[in-house]
Amino acid sequence: MSSEIAPPAAGAGMQGTRPEAPAETTERQPLWHRAARWEVGLVVVLIGSLIFGSSESSTFDSQTTLFYGGINAGFISIMALPMMLIVVTAEIDLSVASTLGMAGALLGDLWHHGWGIWPALIAALAVGVLGGALNGVLIAKAGLPSIAVTIGTLTLYRGIAEILLGSQTIPGAGDRSFPEWFTKIGVVPVPGTHLSYTTVIFIILAIGFGVLLHATPLGRSLYAIGLQPEAARFAGIRVARIKFWLFVASGLICAFAGILLTAQNSSVSYDAGYGLELNVVAIALFGGVSIFGGKGTVPGVVLSAAIVATLQMAMTQMNIDPNVQEIVIGALLLISVIVPSIGRLGRWSAARALVRSRSRP
Amino acid sequence: MTAPAAPMTPMTPVQAPGIPRIARFLRAREAGTLALVLLVFLLTTLKNHNFASSGSIQQLLVGASLIALLGVGETMVIVTRNIDLSVGSTLGLSAFVVGDLFRSQHIPVWSGFVIAIAIGATVGAVNGAITTLARVPSLVVTLAMLYIIRGLDSKLVNGNIVVPGQVPHAFIEVGYETVFGIPWLAIIVAVVVAIVGYAMRTFRPARELYAIGSNPEAAALAGIPSARRVFVAFVTSGALAGLGGALFLALFAQVDNSAGLGYELNVVAAAVVGGVAIFGGSGTVVGAALGALLLNTIQQGLVAVRSSSFWDEAIAGGLLLAAISIDRLLALRVARSLRSAEGAHREL
Repeated sequence: MSSEIAPPAAGAGMQGTRPEAPAETTERQPLWHRAARWEVGLVVVLIGSLIFGSSESSTFDSQTTLFYGGINAGFISIMALPMMLIVVTAEIDLSVASTLGMAGALLGDLWHHGWGIWPALIAALAVGVLGGALNGVLIAKAGLPSIAVTIGTLTLYRGIAEILLGSQTIPGAGDRSFPEWFTKIGVVPVPGTHLSYTTVIFIILAIGFGVLLHATPLGRSLYAIGLQPEAARFAGIRVARIKFWLFVASGLICAFAGILLTAQNSSVSYDAGYGLELNVVAIALFGGVSIFGGKGTVPGVVLSAAIVATLQMAMTQMNIDPNVQEIVIGALLLISVIVPSIGRLGRWSAARALVRSRSRP
Repeated sequence: MTAPAAPMTPMTPVQAPGIPRIARFLRAREAGTLALVLLVFLLTTLKNHNFASSGSIQQLLVGASLIALLGVGETMVIVTRNIDLSVGSTLGLSAFVVGDLFRSQHIPVWSGFVIAIAIGATVGAVNGAITTLARVPSLVVTLAMLYIIRGLDSKLVNGNIVVPGQVPHAFIEVGYETVFGIPWLAIIVAVVVAIVGYAMRTFRPARELYAIGSNPEAAALAGIPSARRVFVAFVTSGALAGLGGALFLALFAQVDNSAGLGYELNVVAAAVVGGVAIFGGSGTVVGAALGALLLNTIQQGLVAVRSSSFWDEAIAGGLLLAAISIDRLLALRVARSLRSAEGAHREL
């Protein structure tokens, strides 16, 4: 492919026209344009799916939809926030759902053994931090590939959850049930709103992550790490340390999601959140985060989470079977990577045409 | 790890030609994996003598077969710096479609395998075409395909699962019949491993997969048609996942929509344990198959020793982490010794 574009460009240079002009248009504009266009595209898709939902389902325009949409998607979307930061630095964390499961299982196990709710919650968060720290040490300090490490910890953490709880569901027959204030987050909205607690928490966290990524030097440095780790290191960015803390943050937030899921379900078993890691990755990628790092915005991820939640609620209310919903989500993800690349090809051939026209006398 | 890398790097003085074959074998990454398999097997047998029975060994081989088979295709893809996450879904789809055809159309037994492979190859072709033509990351493409194929599969199954009795007896025999005590299933997988393994050592187009994964730019400059090679790797991976579906059907004689669920990460794990570098350029299909055997031996060994399976996953995960950490240490040591050897050579 590259050999095809090379000759005309070289020819243009030799004839004294300005070969750098088309190069500039392909280099500078798209970065900006593409980023802007991606979120705009997501807004359009979101509006489209809202219209689709309310036209196809008579019960869609209701507060219960908003509430249950948050219940279904909130805890998954929360995990997508640290995930996106990690993907921006060109790493990945596949252990998120297992960390969720491990924290939930520890909470359940300690509760089963008579611990109070607060110590158990703190322990659950702590185990998430530890899990994230193990990922961080192996990836940031030992320099192992994150995809391999976190497939390992995916299995390990789920295994620990299984060791803790075995086949029992907590609270079981002989157990106290969880305190009412804890479990009611799955049944009542935040006072004064129609939003579920998970939705509100997601919004607060998203604002925090958005500020961190887009308005602080640390956030900017994440892009630098994703684009050019070597250059970032020479620019004085502590690449390893930042990556380590990102994985710790991911562990903490996934543990928190585990607590939320336990509260929502009023119970926990070792397989809570099983297999959700790929959903979390899908939300981040659909939100415009590049798997190669260095690209992606928090608003994009928020929109992506909202679209997924909206479509799921709409399709569920239309009694579309969950399998078709899976196909729709998969197709969206596929389109989301193909469309920008078509745009890229379009610009590329436009640039080539420009070069050709200029090279003619 | 060292085996595939050797032809790529120029011969250094330490690696002079003429190293006895046995020494080369012992130094290979695969030998380490095989040794671990035997070690786990021995330790388990010491605790539970039944573990060495022929029935138990057959179970070990059969249990590892499907993951090993998928690991062969996965290795071809990973070696090129790509990844195929859709193999589990593909296996599920082909298993159900073939089972359904047996049930409703009474197709001949041999055609079950052909159709299974064709379904898988089609999925692989879609993966490969999108990855190479649109030049988008294969992780995203195959992740999306994982959902699409799984959704399609569940839609087709729709509660109407294939149950034993609906699949021809001759087909199911593949799942449990043995030749000289070795299950057919394991023989088929071993043949695939041998063929692809030999090709990956010997045939130029297959060798080029390593070149693409080691250094894509250099591979392109060397005139390797990277897109075509990567496409073929995806088609092969899909075809083997399709074949895996037929073997799944033969093995379990029943299929619901959860067939192959979550296999994708097990397959990647087996490949990584077997020494396939996740960032491409090195690793062998034999290693991946041994990785699958190792993971399965550990899992069944734990069951044999403890009778409680709650520890399986944690230990498998810990082992995977240990494997990649040790790999890294060894790679660092090899790199250091090569560097010092090179220095010594220059001084001469």
